[in-house]
Amino acid sequence: MSQVFTLPDVGEGLTEAEILSWKVAEGQTVTVNQVICEIETAKSVVELPSPFAGTVLNIMVSEGATVEVGTPIITVGDSESDPSGTPDPGYAGSVPKDGVEGEPGPEHLTPREESTSGSGRSMDSGDSGKALVGAGPKADPVRRRQRTRTAMRIDAEQPQGLDEQGKPAAQEQESPKAGAARMAAGLADRLSKSGLGTAAQDLADRAGKFKDRGETWLRSLDDTAAQQQGAAQASIPRRPSMAKPPVRKAAKEMGIDLANVTATGEGGQVTKRDLLAYAAHLREVEDGPDTFWTSTNAPARSREERIPVKGVRKLTAQNMVRSAFSAPHVSIFVDVDASRTMEFVKRLKTSPHFEGVKVTPLLILAKAVIWAAARNPQVNATWTDSEIIIKRYMNLGIAAATPRGLLVPNIKDAQDLNLRELAIALNELAQTARQGRTQPGDMQGGTLSITNIGALGIDTGTPIINPGEVAIVAFGTIKQKPWVVDGDVIPRWITTLGGSFDHRVVDGDLSARFMADVARILEEPALLLD
Amino acid sequence: MAAKTHPGTVESTVPRLQLLDEQGAVHEDPTLSPYVQDVDTVELKGLYRSMALARRVDEEATSLQRQGQLVLWVPLRGQEAAQVGSAWATEPTDRLFPSYREHAVVFHRGVTPGQLLQLFRGHTAGGWDPNECNVNLYTMVLASQVPHAVGYAMGTALDRKAAEDAGEPAGEKPEAVVAYYGDGASTEGEIHESMVFAASYDAPILFFVQNNQWAISVPFSTQSRVPLATRAAGYGFEGLRVDGNDILAVVAATRYALDKIRRGEGPVMIEAETYRMGAHTTADDPTKYRQRDEEEQWGTLDPLERLEMFLRETHHVGDEFFESVANEGREMAGELRADVLGTAAPTFDEFFDKAYADPHSLVTAERAEYLDYQAGFAPQSDQEDSGSEGAHA
Repeated sequence: MSQVFTLPDVGEGLTEAEILSWKVAEGQTVTVNQVICEIETAKSVVELPSPFAGTVLNIMVSEGATVEVGTPIITVGDSESDPSGTPDPGYAGSVPKDGVEGEPGPEHLTPREESTSGSGRSMDSGDSGKALVGAGPKADPVRRRQRTRTAMRIDAEQPQGLDEQGKPAAQEQESPKAGAARMAAGLADRLSKSGLGTAAQDLADRAGKFKDRGETWLRSLDDTAAQQQGAAQASIPRRPSMAKPPVRKAAKEMGIDLANVTATGEGGQVTKRDLLAYAAHLREVEDGPDTFWTSTNAPARSREERIPVKGVRKLTAQNMVRSAFSAPHVSIFVDVDASRTMEFVKRLKTSPHFEGVKVTPLLILAKAVIWAAARNPQVNATWTDSEIIIKRYMNLGIAAATPRGLLVPNIKDAQDLNLRELAIALNELAQTARQGRTQPGDMQGGTLSITNIGALGIDTGTPIINPGEVAIVAFGTIKQKPWVVDGDVIPRWITTLGGSFDHRVVDGDLSARFMADVARILEEPALLLD
Repeated sequence: MAAKTHPGTVESTVPRLQLLDEQGAVHEDPTLSPYVQDVDTVELKGLYRSMALARRVDEEATSLQRQGQLVLWVPLRGQEAAQVGSAWATEPTDRLFPSYREHAVVFHRGVTPGQLLQLFRGHTAGGWDPNECNVNLYTMVLASQVPHAVGYAMGTALDRKAAEDAGEPAGEKPEAVVAYYGDGASTEGEIHESMVFAASYDAPILFFVQNNQWAISVPFSTQSRVPLATRAAGYGFEGLRVDGNDILAVVAATRYALDKIRRGEGPVMIEAETYRMGAHTTADDPTKYRQRDEEEQWGTLDPLERLEMFLRETHHVGDEFFESVANEGREMAGELRADVLGTAAPTFDEFFDKAYADPHSLVTAERAEYLDYQAGFAPQSDQEDSGSEGAHA
């Protein structure tokens, strides 16, 4: 006879918690109310007391793993039963360890495994085939929890989460799931009607502004600092640093562990000034601003920057998905006077240096996108359930109409190419695609995409983000239009840029900044020279 | 504790009254001492028992919350002397208005821990009959119980006057009212309005504020430049400032205040200076805003330990008594746990019974409609929560 303790909601409406440390080991005897583990929620670090007396048969979640409320975390058996004996078949090895439905987790889930399985899920689940709204890694499912005695479970019952997994016929669940989707959509609708959706959006926008400011510092965090943080995170925070919530939030967004910051505030608090001073110190350690991109030869580890997705960021993401359930995209448009781009293209065409190379306005746009992404790195990223992975390299995708349909091959490490090399790469990519020779490898690992709808004479459109990426730019047709310059209406070469962004990663403020930067280059390509 | 004084502060303070000091020694106070002359070993043991059992229940409830059995719990640890002492000094006829942390106060009035935990389990909005126990229900909205208490007190004064006019003079101990609130609530406007009204109408009310030093994460030094007790003078009545971890001082001050109130002299305020040794609620993490030093410093001022020391050294109470109280606490906790786990959430249906005291045609019709609506569902309703994927609009 054994009993399973599922993770309770220790706050008010919390949905998940991280297991910081286990205070008991398998085989050990526990009594009722003996502290068995320490967990960290979005609100606090708390100790969990055992609801059962007996022998610990199975610790089901590893330290460092974040699991949902309701996930079985420990099995306690009667003291008389053999501690080394096999636990009840009801959940041995079949309980979803990470609380994720439909995927049998590894025996013991470590944080690393969790993150890779998280991103793996998004890659493998066939999402890349359907570049539609709702594609990409899904946010945590929201589950309504019944409070009555669900936290404790007798072995005869099925552990929570198993019922979905345990049922073999997925088709049978089709209709209730569709029902749930309808309900969620209705909820989002009601949320937006009640103004809550707008409030969430507003909150996200404001968070985005703060994040933008943090970006500069974020960029300058060197590897040493990152390693230090890693080490600091590995140890269990017994007594966390004290700081007011805005400072905590800023630190989290800047990727700074408050434990590393010297506190000068009242009662040992870390003040905002302390945090800024520390960030400035990190920046000084760094050698210059021009080091955002990493070279092809750099160790793979340093080519990607991992920002853990948890707490407020994660919540914001969930709210975004919920409020705009059917479309987490946000799209913005800007009209641009591209006359100087046209002149520039004309000059390049006649330049001996570009002899034999096809030069189009798309080349300038591609260059502009790379330039703007370096200034707004968050658009060059991947969302996983647990992390936002910012790419310090640009695999620039170009949507191309091919005999096989729409493909998005990408130019690897486009940030390293000069204008001429980029022009050649664009031509090669387009030719290969048109001939239907695009290889799967050409389409993998894209970090940001451009769709050249102007080639078909279209002004603009709402592009759909390539799965695994968070931003896409649509390039409209360039044609002469009446334009007001200094009070006079004169014909100018005008185009419209459209951009869609994954709102879970890129907030309105940031997307606007990015698009404005792209537009600036088209208006004045000479800026590329600086 | 002793925060830096604000440079703009006008000197305004009242002495901090204490009878039983931190070392367990008793001091004489001309005003308060007469009020505890009758408090002897038997009474002190009773007080200790109430405090210890309240703390044990508090610990069990915290565990139950951590095990997912309660939605929330509000720990009282550290405030036992202020609560037990003040409640013990009231007459059963005095109406008490608790906030949401006054567990020891409601237990004193016969509310069982099991009844109280039904509230924190989310199974009831009340938990007991306020008229039966003569203690109002918990108020989760900060400070809102204080105007209620003043209004109630004004009502009792009117009743008394009506009785006197009818030739039925009030007894020796006319009814008084006690409003419990905290330092955080003292910042709310209702407290000010309550005090104005109470003074204007000589309401027979004791404002009993437990200053536990923290309004969630806001320290008392931010709430007020001066002791809260000094504010009473601004409304024209007496404010007493007592060591809230000194059970004797709390008992004496409460008795003194109630005597005055019963004499028809209007409201009195008591500020019991104590300390919230735990978190604000189980959803709070005090390590984020206060220092361990401070917690340790107040830890040495534990009201339970002080009374135990006093009982052992001055009243020669032996281990046997303390062990029996500990055992009683363990049993009580075990029973409480079984009691709580044995209860299931009420069905929505039951709430129709609580709308009106007597049958009501509209409610009856609504209930029938609700039951009919519920009967329309397929038996398995769990499926609706099973996932949020698959929406392709």
